Amino acid sequence: MERATASPYPAPAGAGFFYPSTAVGGRRHLLGLERVSREAIVDLLDAARLYRERLAAGRWRSDALAQVAVCNAFFEDSTRTRCSFELAEQRLGAMHVSFGPAGTSVSKGETLLDTLRVLQSMRVEIIVVRHRSAGVPAFLAGQLDASIVNAGDGEHEHPTQGLLDLMTLGDAWQERFDGRRLAIVGDIAHSRVARSAIAGLTTLGAEVTVCGPATLLPADVEALGCEVAPTVEDALSGADGVMALRLQKERMESGLLPSLGEYAATWGLTPERIRLMKPEAVVMHPGPMNRGVEIAPEVADGARSRVFDQTANGLPVRCAVLAWCATGDAKAAA
Amino acid sequence: MSALVIRGARHWRTGAPLDLAIADGLIVDRAPDGAPELDAKGAILAPGLVDLHVHLREPGQSAKETIATGTRAAAAGGFTAVACMPNTDPVLDSVAWIEWVLSRARAAGRCRVHPIGAVTLGQKGETLTPAHALARAGAVALSDDGRPVMSAGMMRHALEYAAQAELPIVCHEEDLTLRGEGVMHEGFTATRLGLRGIPGAAETVMVRRDVELAALTGGRVHLAHLSTAESFEALRDAKRRGLAVSGETCPHYWTLTDESVGDYDTRAKMNPPLRSAADRDATIAAIQDGTIDCFVTDHAPHTEEEKRQPFAEAPFGIVGLETALALTITFLVEPGHLSLERALELWTDAPRALFRLPAVRLEPGHPADVTLIDADAEWTIDATRFHSKGRNTPFDGWRVHGKVLATVCAGAVTHADAALAVRGALPEFAEARA
Repeated sequence: MERATASPYPAPAGAGFFYPSTAVGGRRHLLGLERVSREAIVDLLDAARLYRERLAAGRWRSDALAQVAVCNAFFEDSTRTRCSFELAEQRLGAMHVSFGPAGTSVSKGETLLDTLRVLQSMRVEIIVVRHRSAGVPAFLAGQLDASIVNAGDGEHEHPTQGLLDLMTLGDAWQERFDGRRLAIVGDIAHSRVARSAIAGLTTLGAEVTVCGPATLLPADVEALGCEVAPTVEDALSGADGVMALRLQKERMESGLLPSLGEYAATWGLTPERIRLMKPEAVVMHPGPMNRGVEIAPEVADGARSRVFDQTANGLPVRCAVLAWCATGDAKAAA
Repeated sequence: MSALVIRGARHWRTGAPLDLAIADGLIVDRAPDGAPELDAKGAILAPGLVDLHVHLREPGQSAKETIATGTRAAAAGGFTAVACMPNTDPVLDSVAWIEWVLSRARAAGRCRVHPIGAVTLGQKGETLTPAHALARAGAVALSDDGRPVMSAGMMRHALEYAAQAELPIVCHEEDLTLRGEGVMHEGFTATRLGLRGIPGAAETVMVRRDVELAALTGGRVHLAHLSTAESFEALRDAKRRGLAVSGETCPHYWTLTDESVGDYDTRAKMNPPLRSAADRDATIAAIQDGTIDCFVTDHAPHTEEEKRQPFAEAPFGIVGLETALALTITFLVEPGHLSLERALELWTDAPRALFRLPAVRLEPGHPADVTLIDADAEWTIDATRFHSKGRNTPFDGWRVHGKVLATVCAGAVTHADAALAVRGALPEFAEARA
C-alpha cells in the first residue's frame, strides 16, 4: 500500500527531502489508490465488510486502537468525510482530535508543515488530511514521522472514497469486477473522486468509460487506463454502473461551461438515459448532489440508486484503513 | 601588474596545444618573467562562458541569492559573464537600480554582470521604462521576464522604442490566460497528479505574436527559454523571413521531461515547465539545426522553505549555473547530438554576439576571460556543495561528465578546481569591470 517512491532519476544520498519516503519511521500511508496492489485493495475491502457486519449488529465498539492518537487535519470544508473518519476513530477506540479550515494557526501564517509538526510533537500517530492542494499527503509522508491518510487532496485523489465506491460496486456486482464497466460522467478534470475510482477499478480488472464536456476532461485522460465516450448515451449503453460527479458552480464562472441548464440537458443522468445501462446496473454519486443538474431527482431516489449505500460504506472502509495504518492488519479491530 | 600563464592547454576549436599568457586582464604575447603558472595537463581552453539569463535576486530577495553568491556560482560553473534579470524587488526599471547592480557587482561580484532592464515600470505592462537612459547606464537588454507583457499594443511600442536604443527585448513568452492556474506541463503526468496544466500553446501563441511584432516594428526580439516543438517551428519561420528574432533554451529542456515531476518533486518545477518527450527531442533538433541561437541556464534560486511546500504553492525555478556545462557535455555532446566546439560556441561566442558584449578570442589583445575544461572528468552533482544559495535542482546526485577546472575573468582566477596543478600564487580576483 505504500506508494512506490522510485524517482525517475538516480536518488542521491541523503535525498528524500522533497520525496514521499516510506522509510520515515517505516510508517504505512494511504496516499492514493494509484499503485496500491490488488491484494491490498481486496484485503481492505474484506476487512471493511467485517466492520460493516459489526456495525450492523449495533452498538459495537472495539478497543484495538486504544493507544493510538489520530488527528483529522481538515484544511478544507467537509461534512461526510470528516464525520465518517471521526466516528470510525471512536468505534476503534482511538484518541482523536480534529480541526477545520477556520480558526487554526494556518490562518495565523504558520506553514502547513509547521502546523503538522506541532501535531506530530503531540505524539499523533495517524494524520488524516484533507487539503485543497494536490500532493499534500505525499509531501507530508516525506516530512513527518506519522501515518498519512489522504482524505482528499485537491484534484488528485480521495482514496477512502474510492474504496467505498469499490465496496458499493462489489455489493452490486457480487464481488466480480472482471468484465464489468463503470461510466463516470461529468467534471473529470477537477475530480479527485474520479481519479481514485479509475485507479481502483482498473486495478481490480473492471473497465471505466469517462465522458463529459471537453472543457472538463483532463489532457491524456485515456492514459489513466479508461476509455473516453463522446456522449453520455455512448458511455451508458451496456454499462454495469454509472457515477455522476458533482458539478461545481465555479466552472461556469471560470468560463468552462455556459449554463447549468445546458449541462443538465446534455450530460445529466435522466431516467431515460439510465435505461441504456444493463438492467441490474447501479447509479452512484459521491455527494453532495445537485439534484436536477448532474442527476435527476427520480434517478437519485430510484431503485438503482446506491447513493446512500455509498455513505454507509464510508464508515467501515475508514475503520479498515485506520486499523491497517495503526497495526498493519486491516482486520485488527474486527 | 597581475599576470598568469596557462600552460599545456588545448585550443577549444582546433585542439592544438596552447599556452596562454595573461597580463593586466588581457591576453598577451608573453607574460612577465616569474608569472604564476597553471598546468592545464591537456585540458580544453575556451573563452569564458556567458549566461544571458540569470536571476541574481538582488535587490530585495537576498534570502534566495545575492550578487556575491550568484556570481561565485557562475565562476564555479565556468562563466565569466552573466546578464541578470530585472524581476527583483524593486524591479530594475530605473537608472539608479541599474547603477546599483553594477556597483554591487564591482564590489562583491566574481564575474562580469550585465544588467537587463525592465520593459515597463515595475514590470506592470503599463508604462515604458527609459530605455535610452538604461542603455547608457549599462543595461544590455530589456525584459519583463517572469511577467510577460500581455498587451500586444504595449509590446509593439516597447519594441519600437527599444530598437532606437539598440536594445533587444528578451521575451518571456507565456499567455497568462492560457496558463491559468497551471503549475506544470499539461499532459498525462499533470492529469495523474491532479495538477493544473500549462499547455505548450501558452508559450507558442506569444512567440507567434512577438514574431509578428518584430516584423511590424523592426525591433529585436530575443525569445527566452523556449521549450516547445511549436515554438522552435515559429522561430524557424521567423528566421526564414529574415526577421531580427533569436531564441535561447536551457539544459533542463534537453535533459528532462514532465515525468521528472514524479511524485510532486518541486525541484522539477520551473516556468516554462518541463515538457513532453516530443518537445525534448524537438529541443535537441532545434539546437542541432541552428534554430537555437544560444544556451542559457535561467538560474532561478529559491530558499529551501519556499521549495519545501506542496507543489502548487512552491515557486517556479531551478538553479543552473553550476550544472550547465556538465549537462551540455553529458546530454548533448556525449550522445553525439552536437560537437563540443559547437556546444561551447553556444555558451560563449554566440551569447556575446547576441547582446553585443566584447568578443573574446584566445588571441593577444582580447580580454583574458577564459575557462579551462576537462570534458571527460566524471563527477557527481551535489547540491549541498553549490556556491549558489539555491539548492533547488532536479539534477542532485546525477553522475555527469565535464568539469570546470579553472575560470579566469579579467585575468584573475575566479574559480580553481582543487586538483589543479599550480606554480606560484595565482592572481586573485579582486574586481571585474562590467
